[in-house]
Amino acid sequence: MAHFLSQVPTFLPILMQGVYLTVLVTLGAFVLATALGLVWAFMRVSGIAPLAWTARTIIVIVRGIPGIVTLFYIYFVLPDLGLSLSAVQAAIIGLGIAYSPYMAEVFRAGIEAIDRGQTEAALSIGMGWGLLMRRVILPQAIRVALPPYGSTMVMLLKDSSLASTITVAELSLQGKLLASSTFENTTIFTLVALLYLAMSLPLTAFNSWLERRMRQAR
Amino acid sequence: MSIIELRNIRKSFGAVEVIHDVSFAVEKGEVVCIIGPSGSGKSTLLRCINGLETYQGGEIAVHGERVSTGSSSIRQVRTRVAMVFQRFNLFPHRTALENVAEGPIFVKKEPREEVLARSRDLLTRVGLGAKIDAYPAQLSGGQQQRVAIARALGMKPDAILFDEPTSALDPELVGEVLAVMRSLADEGMTMVVVTHEMGFAREVADRVLFLDGGILVEQGPPGELLSRPKNPRTQDFLRRILPS
Repeated sequence: MAHFLSQVPTFLPILMQGVYLTVLVTLGAFVLATALGLVWAFMRVSGIAPLAWTARTIIVIVRGIPGIVTLFYIYFVLPDLGLSLSAVQAAIIGLGIAYSPYMAEVFRAGIEAIDRGQTEAALSIGMGWGLLMRRVILPQAIRVALPPYGSTMVMLLKDSSLASTITVAELSLQGKLLASSTFENTTIFTLVALLYLAMSLPLTAFNSWLERRMRQAR
Repeated sequence: MSIIELRNIRKSFGAVEVIHDVSFAVEKGEVVCIIGPSGSGKSTLLRCINGLETYQGGEIAVHGERVSTGSSSIRQVRTRVAMVFQRFNLFPHRTALENVAEGPIFVKKEPREEVLARSRDLLTRVGLGAKIDAYPAQLSGGQQQRVAIARALGMKPDAILFDEPTSALDPELVGEVLAVMRSLADEGMTMVVVTHEMGFAREVADRVLFLDGGILVEQGPPGELLSRPKNPRTQDFLRRILPS
């Protein structure tokens, strides 16, 4: 333990560089996955068959391919087609796409959990699709979607380590590099684990706080 | 001109036709009650009038404007013909006041302060002046349905459609909702009411329609239709539901 503590000041600053990239990739991918997920979910519930079918196909395909392969594809294959991205850009876009089906299903489940009578009441006072979604369905759907949305957030944080496979020196890769040059495996990987935990706990806490707030507003 | 006019309406779910060639019109200020056994197509017919259901044949017109779910004019129609549902369908995330003000503010784009003042008046009128800030979950069924009626009135409709407005209520709460509906009728509101409340139909309706198996079997003033029905199917139905 004393050994561990004495080494923390040496290793922590180097690992913090990895934390920075982990946070960057996670947040970027999270925003993108949420935006894409909303688009897929809206397409699926739009009632317009070609849109719904397209979204369903995208979801099935993307969800059926491992995130790591999506990352390889974007980082190694797209340059052959003339589109070169930096490793961090590729990681954000790849994870954002890979996670969008899960987000889409979280949102869709939330939207579809709302009683059909809500839609009818909204239509009966003359609302169109936009108002129906914005004023009636989404405010209620968010409450239903929030818990699974939170877990997806934590999963994405952990899976940001996949970015290491395309040379992004985020926390796990930084730890691995550091460990292989110092052989202080125990200290370094314990630190890495603690740092991941330190990032996921606030996410979880934030989510429970949001859930509580939503319940009160009811 | 009639406010609502149905001509030869046919409606099918898949291959099954559930409404067969129904025609009737509702004049301004008229209260029309539609009665009939469960599954006779009463609610479906009512829901066709404001486009919550599509119909396959015939034509429905509101103020001469054709009701068609595919066209953009359907939203116009819906702001003029309000609907009260069996299960209230209040917005649970909004207070009673917000439920009433939602349509006028966001759909009809009326000035907010004016709408809020009017909505308070409407809630007072249905006896809920003390509950304007309550959420639907904090209200009884009867109170919720009265908020729903205020919500319908908030749209300043030309007519209100009631889809079995008291069927989901505990018996002791039915009276307060019927009382509000009765006062609306007295003030000249045009109403089409699908109901199992024969007492209400008898006392408030100008005309009663008996629907059975998707067919408009018989219609007439309540005194005639409910007391001296001509058609055997009407006689049979009334015999079964009215205490002799």
